[in-house]
This record gives sequence, C-alpha cells and structure tokens, in this order.
Amino acid sequence: MLVAGVDVGSTQTKAAVMDGERILGRALVDTGVRVNEAAASAFAVAAADAGVSEDSVDFVIGTGYGRYRVEFGDDQVTEISCHARGAVYLFPDTTSVLDVGGQDTKAIRVGEAGQVLDFCMNDKCSAGTGRFLGAASQALELPLGELGPLALTARNPVTMTTTCTVFAESEILGWLSLGRKVEDVLMGVHVAIASRSISLLRRVGIEPEITFTGGVARNTAMVKLLEEMTELPVNVSEESHYCGAIGAALYALDHALAREAEGAKGGMVP
Amino acid sequence: VTVTAGIDVGSTYTKAVLADEDGTPLGRAVLLTGYNFAGAAERAYEEALTAAELERDDVSYLAATGYGRYMVPFRDLAVTELTSHAYAVHRQFPDVRTVLDIGGQTAKAMRLDENGRVKAFRLNDKCAAGSGAFIEKTVRYLGFETVDIPRLANDATDPATVSSVCTVFAESEVINHLSTGRSAEDVCAGAVIALAGRAGQLIKRVKPEPEYALTGGLTMVPRMKLELEALLSCTFHVPEDELGVYGGATGAAMLAHRRLRKLSLQPTTA
Repeated sequence: MLVAGVDVGSTQTKAAVMDGERILGRALVDTGVRVNEAAASAFAVAAADAGVSEDSVDFVIGTGYGRYRVEFGDDQVTEISCHARGAVYLFPDTTSVLDVGGQDTKAIRVGEAGQVLDFCMNDKCSAGTGRFLGAASQALELPLGELGPLALTARNPVTMTTTCTVFAESEILGWLSLGRKVEDVLMGVHVAIASRSISLLRRVGIEPEITFTGGVARNTAMVKLLEEMTELPVNVSEESHYCGAIGAALYALDHALAREAEGAKGGMVP
Repeated sequence: VTVTAGIDVGSTYTKAVLADEDGTPLGRAVLLTGYNFAGAAERAYEEALTAAELERDDVSYLAATGYGRYMVPFRDLAVTELTSHAYAVHRQFPDVRTVLDIGGQTAKAMRLDENGRVKAFRLNDKCAAGSGAFIEKTVRYLGFETVDIPRLANDATDPATVSSVCTVFAESEVINHLSTGRSAEDVCAGAVIALAGRAGQLIKRVKPEPEYALTGGLTMVPRMKLELEALLSCTFHVPEDELGVYGGATGAAMLAHRRLRKLSLQPTTA
C-alpha cells in the first residue's frame, strides 16, 4: 500500500511517499506564491523519487499552513498532529517535539502513539522562528546552510540586545562595525533563537527524549545549543525536515487501511 | 544672542538644532545615523552650524539626547529623549499633557505635568511593528522609499487591512494585497492605521489627559495624526514646519539654555 503526505509550509513544501513502514521518496520545493502548484510539484517529485506513479498512491494527506491547497489530497490533518506523529516514527521514545520552521515555532508534548498531549506555538513574531536566521543570513550575506557550522567556531559570542528580527539586522551590522568577528555575532544570533525556542518548550514541559524537527533542525549550532541549554540529548534525523510530511503519510496510512477494511466488509474492493 | 545646540542621536536618524533663548531654531540638520554615532553627531552638528552660518565657538552649551547621546564626545550635557521631547512640546504647547513620540525604532507615550515634566511614560523599543520601521519596511516591500510614505498614505482611497503583528510577516501580507490588485497607497495607509492602533494602546497605558501632541518622525505623515485623532476621539497638536522631527534636538537645545541660566545664577566659587 502506498501513501503520501504533503506538508505545505509557509516557506517550503515537503512531501513524503511511504509504503506504510518505510520512506520511499521525498521532495522539498519552495512554496512561493502559487501554493497549489508547489503542493502538486512536491508530490510529483516525491513519487518520482520513490519510483512510483502518482496514481498508484492510495491515500494523500495535506498538512501545514497550505494544507487546504493540496487539491489532489484525500484529507487534511493539522501540522501539529503530523509533526508529533512523524517525530515518534523517527524516534519512538520522543516526549517533547520542537519544530522550528521558516515562519513559526511549535513545542509539542506527545504520547506514546504520537498523539498530541499539549502544544504551544509562536506564529505571531518572527524573532522566534527560522526567519530570524534568515535575516542574519541576509545581513551577513551568507547562505543559510553555512550559518550553523560558522557559529560553532565562535570563541567569544556577542550578546544580542534586540528581540525584534528587524532591529536584529541592524544590531548584527552594528556588532560587525565594532570589529566583532562574524562567527561571534552569528553565535549570538543562535543563542537568541535557541533561548526563545526553549522558553516555548518549557511551556509544554521538557522531558526526554526531545526530538527537534523542521528546517532549522539541520542547523548544527542550534542542535548543540539546545542540548547545552536543556542539558539533555536532542534527537535529530536526516529526515527531520520531512517530519510533518512523514506524519501526514502515516495518517494517510490509517485512512487507507480503514477504507480498505470498510471496503472488505462491504465487498467493494475487488 | 546666546546660542545652544541640541543633538538627538536616534537609532535611525540623527538630528541637530541650534537655538536662541526663545527656542527659535537658527539652523538644523538631519541625516541617517548609521553605525558611527559620534561621526553622525559630528556631521549633523557641522551641517546645522553651516545652515545657521555660525561657528562652534558661537555655541555656548551643547546638549545631546536620544539613543546615542553618550556617544557624542563634545557634549556638555546628556538628557534622555523623553525629557527633551516633553520639554520641546511643553514650550510650544503649554496645555499639552499627553505626548506621543513615534520614531524609527521606538514609540513613546508620555504624560506631562503643567511644567512639562514627565510624570508617566510607556515605551516600545522591542518590536518594530510598534515603530516607524513598520511603515518604512512596508513601503520598501511595495517598492517605495521612506520619503514616499506621506503621499502614499494620503492618496489611499480604500485602506487595506494589515493584520500581521510582525513587521517581517507583514511582507507576505503586503505581497498578497498587491497580488489581489490592491494599490500601494491602500496598503501603505493600512500600515499607518495598524501602527496608529498600536500607538493608541501605548497611549492608553499612561492614563492620557488632554491636550494631546504628536512628535517625532511620524509627524511627517499627516495621515498618522488623522488616524490617531479618529481612534482616540481627540485633537493632536503637531509642531509645524517639520519641527516634530527635530523635537528631541530642539528640546535638548532649550534644556541647554535652561542649564546655562541655572549656571549663571550660581555664585562662582573662585
């Protein structure tokens, strides 16, 4: 049985095709302004990556901010539920999930089956989201992928005094004009966003194991800071970025299995 | 004639004013602060001197104010921008008890006593959405410059609703508005209305009393005054001839005169 999840985020759209147990294919595309097209193209790329035709996928679930724009999808599930489910799939002993995305940050406490017990979310202020790193990347003219490794070389990090992303851009340039090293400024930026993430996580309760998902989970400095600040190991996976899509695919599997059982009862499935 | 100088080193702009005993401006200058506060203060001071056709030796006392007031090496006195704005407003409008100062990176609401002293104040310097930066960023997303704000806001026919609380997130909202055919004028006016709403909240927290005055850079945007008046059902005094922009510097120059008068009354110890 083939199922898929399409996670239409504000910045990037992720898709995963699964056979119920394994991830067969994945896709990552920029969401842009044509949200429905981004969803369709992510699904097509993930199906191709899995080596299956789009038609052979039994059930598709849309999630994320643009989940209702997944026009070919069979149903929608919120990204909170999908991230929780995906995190428990990736790390079965997960209790706390921190998802830092491009425009929002979520802290979720999950049960053993991946169900959501409590959650807390910031989507009002960009300072606690991936956008804060995006602003730093623009101000410093460095690609996002280089921020974490460079920050880890810091020896004397600055302390950021501004909270707001807009003001932080000027503060970053201000520190540089005072002669501070790029890596020291960058580490200051990472500390600021890590401490905001942890205060969100505290509101739902921090218990081991912590699983870190979303695009920012690929940032090595963020992972290290979260571990230092919580004094707990933090799970990250190569698949972290696809966590929401994986969770959606797992919900799709539930639906597909239920439909099949229903069909078997009524004798509808050949 | 005794001449004093006031230099207001703001987070965005640095303003310099030379004034006589009555507070009449003899010369003034405004320029972008950048990262070198002392340099900006120096240049603004020189420009104001040139405009007034005066030399440094003609200036009896110099007061620095604003965010970067301690970075002005040639100051005789440093005063907070609250004190200087309040004093300038009080001298021009003695009946004003509530002052709103909106600048590039801060908004301040103050309640004054009958002598122009600040009795209560609230300020927002944490979040760009409550400051002039919100409108500056918005018009930049629209493809315009800061100087275009007054005209854009004024020419709106049907202001758009800008509901994002975060300046950074407002960018997507602005793009959405443009993609649905809204004019830059309507979006800019929407941003002014949103900012006026937040400034109104700030004013309410100082238990405002009539009369009211608006000062700071946003006095350059006539629509701001109109929106505040509609929102709070009152009339706002606004300094004429762009003097609102120079409110902090003018107040500082007047406070320098007051200090001179005090010094001249003291018995000399020698």
